[in-house]
Amino acid sequence: MPNNTILQLKNVDVHYGKIQALAEIQISINEAELVCLLGGNASGKSTTLKTILGVVRPSAGSIEFLGDRIDRLPTKKIVEKGVSIVPENRRIFPKLTVLENLELGAYLRNDTQKIAEDMDRIFDLFPRIKERRQQYGATLSGGEQQMLAMGRALMSRPKLLLMDEPSMGLAPILVESSFEIIQRVNQEGVTIFVVEQNANMALSIADRGYVLQLGRIVLHDEAQNLLNNEMMKKAYLGTG
Amino acid sequence: MDLILQQIPQQLVNGITIGGVYALIALGYTMVYGILFMLNFAHGEVYMIGGFTGWWVLHLLTRSQGPLVGGFVIIVLMIIGAMALTGLLGVAIERFAYRPLRNAPRMNLLLSALGVSIVLQNLVLRFQGAKIRFFHTSALIPEGIRTFEIGGTIISFMRLLVIVVSLVLMFVLTWFVKKTKMGKAMRATAQDAEAATFMGIDTNRIIMLTFLIGSALGGAAGTLVGLLFTQVDYYIGYAAGLKGFTAAVLGGIGSIPGAMLGGFILGLVESLGITFISSAYKDVIAFVILILVLIIRPRGILGEKEPEKV
Repeated sequence: MPNNTILQLKNVDVHYGKIQALAEIQISINEAELVCLLGGNASGKSTTLKTILGVVRPSAGSIEFLGDRIDRLPTKKIVEKGVSIVPENRRIFPKLTVLENLELGAYLRNDTQKIAEDMDRIFDLFPRIKERRQQYGATLSGGEQQMLAMGRALMSRPKLLLMDEPSMGLAPILVESSFEIIQRVNQEGVTIFVVEQNANMALSIADRGYVLQLGRIVLHDEAQNLLNNEMMKKAYLGTG
Repeated sequence: MDLILQQIPQQLVNGITIGGVYALIALGYTMVYGILFMLNFAHGEVYMIGGFTGWWVLHLLTRSQGPLVGGFVIIVLMIIGAMALTGLLGVAIERFAYRPLRNAPRMNLLLSALGVSIVLQNLVLRFQGAKIRFFHTSALIPEGIRTFEIGGTIISFMRLLVIVVSLVLMFVLTWFVKKTKMGKAMRATAQDAEAATFMGIDTNRIIMLTFLIGSALGGAAGTLVGLLFTQVDYYIGYAAGLKGFTAAVLGGIGSIPGAMLGGFILGLVESLGITFISSAYKDVIAFVILILVLIIRPRGILGEKEPEKV
């Protein structure tokens, strides 16, 4: 298994005005890994993803993607380099059809032939979406929107897929199936960085995990070890 | 009464003609609102400058003994010239008057738009003067086809031109927005700008494109009205802007098909109002409609979201 670092955050600080949201964040993700970032409300999880994508700028530190600094690049350039996101609450375009949502996932690509192939692949992965391809995004159920958001993110052929709270707002049975899909996509070779409150679920499929508290990384270990960690059991897993 | 009924077909034609113009203007308002949630009150002035651009193209290509090139060529050049200039003007307005205020409260943007409107109006007044400029269109169209008679209704060539050009422009716009990649990116940006950037869409470029297209349509409307009513002056943007805005609100601001529908309805209601009531009440009818829509259905006929209060 190749151990090439694909994403590296070095000592990243983020401020919203005078309030510090992230402090000295160190995260590194290797190619083909599935890494999760855990933490409660307002711990800075979403901010971390926004910072990687260039929506929020770090006040200190650096972010490297495939060896290049990306922390000063506009979002468009970062997406161009191969970062894609399934945003919090899906953010499906409500008045575009399912097909158009997927097409926009491939907005930066021009290889029409391969785009069509990828579209077929996504329809294989999510047959429900295929049935509804002429419907408006807004008419889909929460679970279907989650599939569409994932399909849309995959349409760019990302080297790194970011996922912001994929379990949020989904029925328990859908949470499970959507994590299975995340695992499957990862096994196909896509590096995934998933931010999640549902620590049990995330750790059950992840290789490694980071734990964020009040904007600082307080724990970092193999997923197995985190599942057995006493502090984790008490604070996040409900098994302590 | 018979006399009035006989006028109806004629007034329907008039209504569709002027409705097409209102629709073109309304599209500029609605597209900008859809993407930036702002009312671009400088849009009426863009229309007026479109009218002047058409006038200049006609003026420069006409000599006392007649037009330098064929009349149809001149008409096409007038429309293209007006669209090109006003399109660029719209992009410049966005770049220098609106973009610096992108994150400011909406009220600041609105004030900036009013400021641009006053500046443009006064620039034209300074360089073109206050006098009315007349379009010498008589030599453009060969004698035989200046008017057509269809079932007792007389349609002038210019009316037909306005109807055809406005329908063609609306058709092309609809195709562009629905079918092209850029058009889809435009709709996506209007629906969720941040999610659009996640797709790699450069939303600043999409906003520029929106101003380019919206303003060019307004500019085309200015020249079309010049050809139809053969005059332009520095003050025509005010009334036309209000009519276009009314049409956009009537159809549902933010909705492209809504703006088209609103334009035609407003044009038809105005024309029929002239027939049945009095031409003196033309503008009253338009603004009574605006007020009624705002009271009864603030989102307009095809609109989805309630417009923000400003």
